[in-house]
Amino acid sequence: MIESSPLLAIAIPLVGGALIVVTGARRNLREAVTLVTAGCLLAAVAALVPAALKGPSPTIEVLHVLPEIPLAFHVEPLGMIYALIASGLWILNSIYSIGYMRGNRESHQTRFYLCFALSIASVMGIAFSANMLTLFICYETLSLVTYPLVTHKAPKPAAVRAGRTYLGILVSASVLLMLPAMVGTWMYTGSLDFVHGGVFGEALADGSVPPWLFGFIFFLFMYGIAKAALMPFHRWLPAAMVAPTPVSALLHAVAVVKAGVFSVCKISTYLIGVDKLAEFGQGGWLLYAAGISVVAASFIALFQDNLKRRLAYSTVSQLSYITMGAAMLNPLGMMAAAMHIAAHAFGKITLFFAAGSIYTAAHKTKVSELDGIGRRMPFTMGAFTIGCLSMIGLPPTAGFISKWMLLGAAWTTEQYFAVGVLIVSTLLNAAYFLPIIHRAFFRAPPPPSAASDESSTAAGVPHGEAPWPIVVAVTGTAACAATVFFYPSVFADLAFALMRGMPT
Amino acid sequence: MEGLGLFNYWIAVAIMMVGFYGVIAKRNLVKQAISLGLFQTGVFLFYITMSVYRAPDGTPGRAPVWEAILDGFTKDPGPYDNPLPHVLMLTAIVVGVSTLSVALAIIMNIKRLYGTVEADEISEIEEAIEHREEMMSR
Amino acid sequence: MDALTPHLPVLLVLTPLFGGLLAALMPRRGPAPWIWSALVTGFEVLLGLSMVKLVRQSPQETITYFIGWWPAEYGIAYEIDALNAYVILVVALLAFVSTIYAKSSVEDEIPKDRHNFFYSIWLLAISGMVGICATADTFNIYVLLEISSLTVYTLIAMGKYRDRRALTASLKYLILGSIGATFILLGIGYLLMLTGTLNMADMHEQLMLMKAEGDLAGNRTILVGFTFITVGLGLKMAMWPLHLWLPNAYTFAPSAVSALVASTATKVGVYMAFRFIFTLFGSVYDSSATLALMAFCGTLGIIVSSIRAAQATNVKKILAYSSVGQLGYIVVGFSMANESGVAASVIHILNHAVTKGAMFMACGAVVLRMGNADLKSFYGLGRRMPATMAAFTIGGLGLIGMPLTSGFISKFYLISGALHDGKWWLAMVVLAGSLISIIYVWRVLEVIYFKKPEKRAPVEEAPFTMLIAMWILASASVILGVDAELTGRLAEFAARVLIGGAT
Repeated sequence: MIESSPLLAIAIPLVGGALIVVTGARRNLREAVTLVTAGCLLAAVAALVPAALKGPSPTIEVLHVLPEIPLAFHVEPLGMIYALIASGLWILNSIYSIGYMRGNRESHQTRFYLCFALSIASVMGIAFSANMLTLFICYETLSLVTYPLVTHKAPKPAAVRAGRTYLGILVSASVLLMLPAMVGTWMYTGSLDFVHGGVFGEALADGSVPPWLFGFIFFLFMYGIAKAALMPFHRWLPAAMVAPTPVSALLHAVAVVKAGVFSVCKISTYLIGVDKLAEFGQGGWLLYAAGISVVAASFIALFQDNLKRRLAYSTVSQLSYITMGAAMLNPLGMMAAAMHIAAHAFGKITLFFAAGSIYTAAHKTKVSELDGIGRRMPFTMGAFTIGCLSMIGLPPTAGFISKWMLLGAAWTTEQYFAVGVLIVSTLLNAAYFLPIIHRAFFRAPPPPSAASDESSTAAGVPHGEAPWPIVVAVTGTAACAATVFFYPSVFADLAFALMRGMPT
Repeated sequence: MEGLGLFNYWIAVAIMMVGFYGVIAKRNLVKQAISLGLFQTGVFLFYITMSVYRAPDGTPGRAPVWEAILDGFTKDPGPYDNPLPHVLMLTAIVVGVSTLSVALAIIMNIKRLYGTVEADEISEIEEAIEHREEMMSR
Repeated sequence: MDALTPHLPVLLVLTPLFGGLLAALMPRRGPAPWIWSALVTGFEVLLGLSMVKLVRQSPQETITYFIGWWPAEYGIAYEIDALNAYVILVVALLAFVSTIYAKSSVEDEIPKDRHNFFYSIWLLAISGMVGICATADTFNIYVLLEISSLTVYTLIAMGKYRDRRALTASLKYLILGSIGATFILLGIGYLLMLTGTLNMADMHEQLMLMKAEGDLAGNRTILVGFTFITVGLGLKMAMWPLHLWLPNAYTFAPSAVSALVASTATKVGVYMAFRFIFTLFGSVYDSSATLALMAFCGTLGIIVSSIRAAQATNVKKILAYSSVGQLGYIVVGFSMANESGVAASVIHILNHAVTKGAMFMACGAVVLRMGNADLKSFYGLGRRMPATMAAFTIGGLGLIGMPLTSGFISKFYLISGALHDGKWWLAMVVLAGSLISIIYVWRVLEVIYFKKPEKRAPVEEAPFTMLIAMWILASASVILGVDAELTGRLAEFAARVLIGGAT
């Protein structure tokens, strides 16, 4: 058997992408290639778990992008969590994509599957990056290869406009804030490697980097990572919702946004060093920024009638949970953040799958149109309910565990602002999710007459469940969300390994 | 009056400035080209005048090239002007002539294709073209 | 080859010089002049490569060649060190690639009976540019500068067969360029008066001596000389706001000429600036005020020209304005006068040449197929000329400075340079300016991939020679961005050589 390595995990989707182009004309073969690639990738990633549990593995250097900074990869627990959920959900998402893209007769499907494979390759690059430059390169590549997915319905002005917002915000923030922060780190410390406790120790100790500058660099990093959607850099996420639902589901609930919060956690842990931040009294503001972002986004979500937009704002708020976990500046908070990366992924992808399922079967996009839909699409709406529970943080779902850990971390370290935010936002989550479930199951479907003045395919015509691949995928992810509640060991072990490695 | 003692430099600068003024202010392309030549000539004079040498006893320097060659570089030629700037200017004059000829060739072509050598009329024509292109691209 | 090795520096200049003269004697019609030029420039690349190899054998030394064996004080010396060996190789490579590219474009844009003259002037221009890089004699710089400039004016004026505005653009360039060259000549005159020599290293030594004796304090001659040279160089390398000649000249020149000139001519100007500011005046003359002014001009140039590029509707003009902006990066880089900053400039000479060369070439292919480079002609070309547009896209990403393209490497060095001196504001302003490049690149890309073509008529992909040339440059842009080990080290070394003279 071939030894698995991070390089293999990056190479598999790249090769898959090449094969997708080659087989592009024959769609059954092309989609089989996608599925096989996704399966291989999960196997390759899963084989790395034992190495990750031992802490950062030796670094593999590939190319010298800059004379002294190579493109380098390693395996460590945090990246493992991210790689595991991304590669695992890619399989389900591919099944779902097949149903969705065929069901809605979308165009340019080869480009779609190709860009998807490339995005996953970038995600693997981000997850296994061993220095900041590698992370930055893969991060920018991810923005670029997801652009054609966001503008999938391209000649439509709405898609083009959304693409501008998407790329504009992501690239501007990373170029204007993250790049100088990275170069600054390189100039002041002479290293961009990801190591426990960060690279600033020496420079801070001998005074060559004053604490304010250290704090400033941290600030630049945190806002430079616009993918973490910390307000006010969140606008790209609702804009990206014009993309086909599989894109919103895997990329804008899992891969891309998690790239953001993953970078937040990774940079705080391995480049900046949360202990250094705490020691020098920097970075405390992040807790408040993230907290405000959590509450504000939840509040905006309350008033969104478009289902996908409501989910998008929910994502903004959930991402800030993770940032908040990192902002507690202690190992416990970081562990909770890592756990929430996994927990939120399963819940949110379920919700998006369900939204896409409703669109495919019933062509409905608004919350207000969903009256009684639960009776026609029981599987979809059942999965949707589990997703909602996970978002609110109720058992028996993954969301409960991570929220519990977040709350625990906040209590233990006496950060009562975070406790307050968690409580308020849980109430708000419930306030915008439960009405949807109520509508779907407990309200009567609209009488046919009400729908007659709408478009011909609308509610008037009876519809059943979505195509079977969609149903398989949506129930699959919902099952995952529930399974993680009962068997959290893989992710919890990794999160714990992360915490254990951190200097306190 | 130290400033006046350098009057040869003042003249070179004056010629240069006349040329420079012409390049900027004249709206006729041929006149601009001539002014450009004048401007360069000012610089040539500047170089030539810099080569002048006067011995400490007041004897003006000469250019004893022929004499030196005729008597086989044996005798002391006495005070002589620096030959280097002269040589340089020979080259520079060639460059100046070439510049002027290229300029005139281009101006001839402009006359053929625009029907005028007045800068104002040319820019009017070009503005009209640009305006039309912008209309087309809307 | 071994017998030629000692003569390499001068052969670099003579090869295209005589090659150009011979090209004029070739048959007027047919491909002979093109084949000849490709051979000559190809040979030039070989010479450049062996030059670099020679320099790498003993990187600390300079290879000096005395023309006619006259010592440097009397005759003309050519000096090659790590920096100019590198620049010469860049110029030679781009000249070669542009020559390959030129075939179809010249056949389309230049009358059939003028090809021999076109390639003759083309080679002479290359000879002048290589010469500027090789020579160590200030007056020789002036002469070679005029050789390259006069030929480039002519080449640009040949755009008249497609658009008569090429003539006025060329004349404008001629007038401003000659003023610039004359300023440089004047400045050299002042230095000659002060030092009595024309050789750069010699001049530097004399000035150092004078400085040691305290003769330089308050000396106005050196001030005036320095000022004239700086302004002249500013005109030649199109430093904002002395760039007025550039946009139209690049826009209306024949496509092949745009590609060659955009990727080499201004870069040679930058090289001259390096030599004058660092090698000649370094540590003799306190140029910090001038450098600060240059940093200011460069920054403003980046922002203002990028905005102009974002407004233009002709893609060639967009690229031309973008060139002025990109030159701003080079200027900002060396105005920092620290190692990373100068290295950024040096490396951006290559990176921008490659990127912009590829883009102008793609643009020229569109001119060939569609008749013009209006934004409208680009509608929907993503499906009709996929290979050309892919090269254009890679070039565009390079301009923005996306990671894995060469532009990113330059940007990294540039910001390092700014932060080295703690100038966070400068880094931010430069990056903000670079964000505008996203706007103008994206405007074109959106049109290429999202718009429906205006006419239904099928459009052929660009000819093979064009594709080869533009893809050499586009892939070079990616390779230089993925692995900058070699170029980065070279640039750092060249920067140390230059700065070493300054402190």
